Amino acid sequence: MSTVIKGARILGDEVADILIEGGVITQIGTDLNGDETVDAEGLIALPGLVDLHTHLREPGREDAETVLTGTQAAARGGFTCVFAMANTEPVADTAGVVEQVWRLGREHGYADVQPIGAVTVGLAGEHLAELGAMADSAAQVRVFSDDGKCVSDAVLMRRALEYVKAFDGVIAQHAQEPRLTEGAQMNEGPLSGELGLTGWPAVAEEAIIARDVLLAEHVGSRLHVCHLSTRGSVEIVRWAKSRGIDVTAEVTPHHLLLDDELVRSYDPIYKVNPPLRSKDDVLAVREGLADGTIDIVATDHAPHPMEDKECEWQAAAFGMIGLETALSIVQQTMVDTGALTWARVAEVMSANPARIGRATTHGRPLAVGEPAHVVLYDPTAKRTIEPADTASLSRNTPYAGRELPGRVVATFLAGKPTVLEGKLQ
Amino acid sequence: MKHLLSAGDLSRDEATLILDTAEQLLSVAQRPIKKLPTLRGRTIVNLFFEDSTRTRISFEAAAKRLSADVINFSAKGSSVSKGESLKDTALTLQAMGADAVVIRHHASGAPHRLATSAWTKGAVVNAGDGTHEHPTQALLDAFTMRSHLGDLEGKNVTIVGDVLHSRVARSNALLLDTLGANVTLVAPPTLLPVGVETWPVETSYNLDASLEKADAVMMLRVQRERMNASYFPSAREYSRRYGLDVARMNRLPDHAIVMHPGPMNRGMEIGADVADSDRSVIVEQVTNGVAVRMAVLYLLLGGATEGENA
Repeated sequence: MSTVIKGARILGDEVADILIEGGVITQIGTDLNGDETVDAEGLIALPGLVDLHTHLREPGREDAETVLTGTQAAARGGFTCVFAMANTEPVADTAGVVEQVWRLGREHGYADVQPIGAVTVGLAGEHLAELGAMADSAAQVRVFSDDGKCVSDAVLMRRALEYVKAFDGVIAQHAQEPRLTEGAQMNEGPLSGELGLTGWPAVAEEAIIARDVLLAEHVGSRLHVCHLSTRGSVEIVRWAKSRGIDVTAEVTPHHLLLDDELVRSYDPIYKVNPPLRSKDDVLAVREGLADGTIDIVATDHAPHPMEDKECEWQAAAFGMIGLETALSIVQQTMVDTGALTWARVAEVMSANPARIGRATTHGRPLAVGEPAHVVLYDPTAKRTIEPADTASLSRNTPYAGRELPGRVVATFLAGKPTVLEGKLQ
Repeated sequence: MKHLLSAGDLSRDEATLILDTAEQLLSVAQRPIKKLPTLRGRTIVNLFFEDSTRTRISFEAAAKRLSADVINFSAKGSSVSKGESLKDTALTLQAMGADAVVIRHHASGAPHRLATSAWTKGAVVNAGDGTHEHPTQALLDAFTMRSHLGDLEGKNVTIVGDVLHSRVARSNALLLDTLGANVTLVAPPTLLPVGVETWPVETSYNLDASLEKADAVMMLRVQRERMNASYFPSAREYSRRYGLDVARMNRLPDHAIVMHPGPMNRGMEIGADVADSDRSVIVEQVTNGVAVRMAVLYLLLGGATEGENA
């Protein structure tokens, strides 16, 4: 059976038809025909998005999210591949757990799930997990992270960076110096002093990134910096790249849009790790993404049940969901402002994350012979975010009531529609 | 004004109204029958998630002197550990018809969260939240200063000690600025918050430098665990550099008063003989606290019948 996507603007540019057969793009041209036709007039076609930083919560916190609901949310956001973070219960620190997550993704079929393995046993930061066993498992793990926690021990970080070279792995570091952030609740600055919330200094992130890029250089390894959030972090990564260090970095959609003034409401919907930073930091991460210092946008989709957010700030969980709004936020902050073209969006939300995570069948160009992972997006649409209108089990979106531009109309995973007309298939 | 969450919420007129009202209510404490019928039939809940016998008793006395029904709820020691307790407790209190909730909480912003949620319809009074604010303490401090120094416009107030963790200092800085006083915060650099330069205050690391012009000196309690967290090297060094002893007190102008929100570490931030000297108004602060809290409850709830105070 074949499907033809009619009249899409490929990467926001030339208008063409895309013929999909057997899960592969077989023709791109005009006046193509297939067994089924998807009208894409006015829509932008992008390669299926890849999220290098998703929390699917299964196993262990199935009240917050499952692999099924998380990948459904991913599909609705235009993603065809998500990397599932390791901080589950039990922690994904063995071949067994990563294979479980990987298989659940395959069974459900809404997005390919690439598990991320923990760097240390139980995320405890004391002993290396069996990184090789996870790499050799059916899940073929290539990204390792203790995300949620920082690998703060310099020796352990060095060993991890060295060890994963054996299987072309990468350490994705959650850069947070633990002593400098004890009890930290929000970005450190005048507002934290005013609100009486313990400050989370930028230097706590920057000091770890600075250390890690030097370690990566020293041992000749790949380092990936998770969700960087400060101007100083951008400057350190820029310096490291100029020096030839093999470092990549990500920014979340919310750090591209939201700033710490929102914390003034004490509404824990804005409580996130790393914290929302200053307006100047927001500008800096946008600049960093525009000039290629920051390689990718990653959602850090962090679902939590409402009871973990309907409380006072200090008691609330860190995190916000983001799979279904990511592309809209990138449009609003980067495309509509002229900082990125749609072709560059395809790089930072598909090609680059796939390359960093070694998801070889994803992040491919929309070209003949390539897997048919495609998202169709209407940049002219507008939508007001309703928390209940999500495929995620959780509702902790900071955009409730906000009008965002754009809408994912369809998502194809290897030629199979997971979303059509904005609805899950 | 429906709630009292921050000293910064008060305009000069509102703050003055509270202080003037407290002035009138202070006389109630001197009567044989210390009671007014003003809040008869109203229910006020003291919701204390953190130990504070002094503040709770002060609010309780204030509410009872206005004839309100008072319910004391202490979450300390109960099984509440996570934040949902605040919501569930608030819903329970709402179901019981609380007209006002006086909340003390270890989390900064908890009263704000309560006031802006749909969990309670009553007035919310912040009785101290985390390291954020303690507005009625600032009001009683201002009341005490006013009674000794007169109008606070242009008066110099020096606040000394652990400003970083002090909700008293935050509220005082805001309120005293509103009332026209000049505030100087004195502390070691480790105990001044980031961004203090944006506050309406001057700051200094040197206590001696600010004594001679001070009309009031407020010493803040220093918690001994700060020493273990390396905010300063030792209690002895702290006391030498930032403690108020008799020698320092004698350098104050003759009319200047010495204050402390209590409880005091005698011998640490304040010498025992200073605390007991005739310049000390520390006990008076406690007395004034009841009158100020009566004024706050009266102005938030007084006169309105149920439903009208929204």
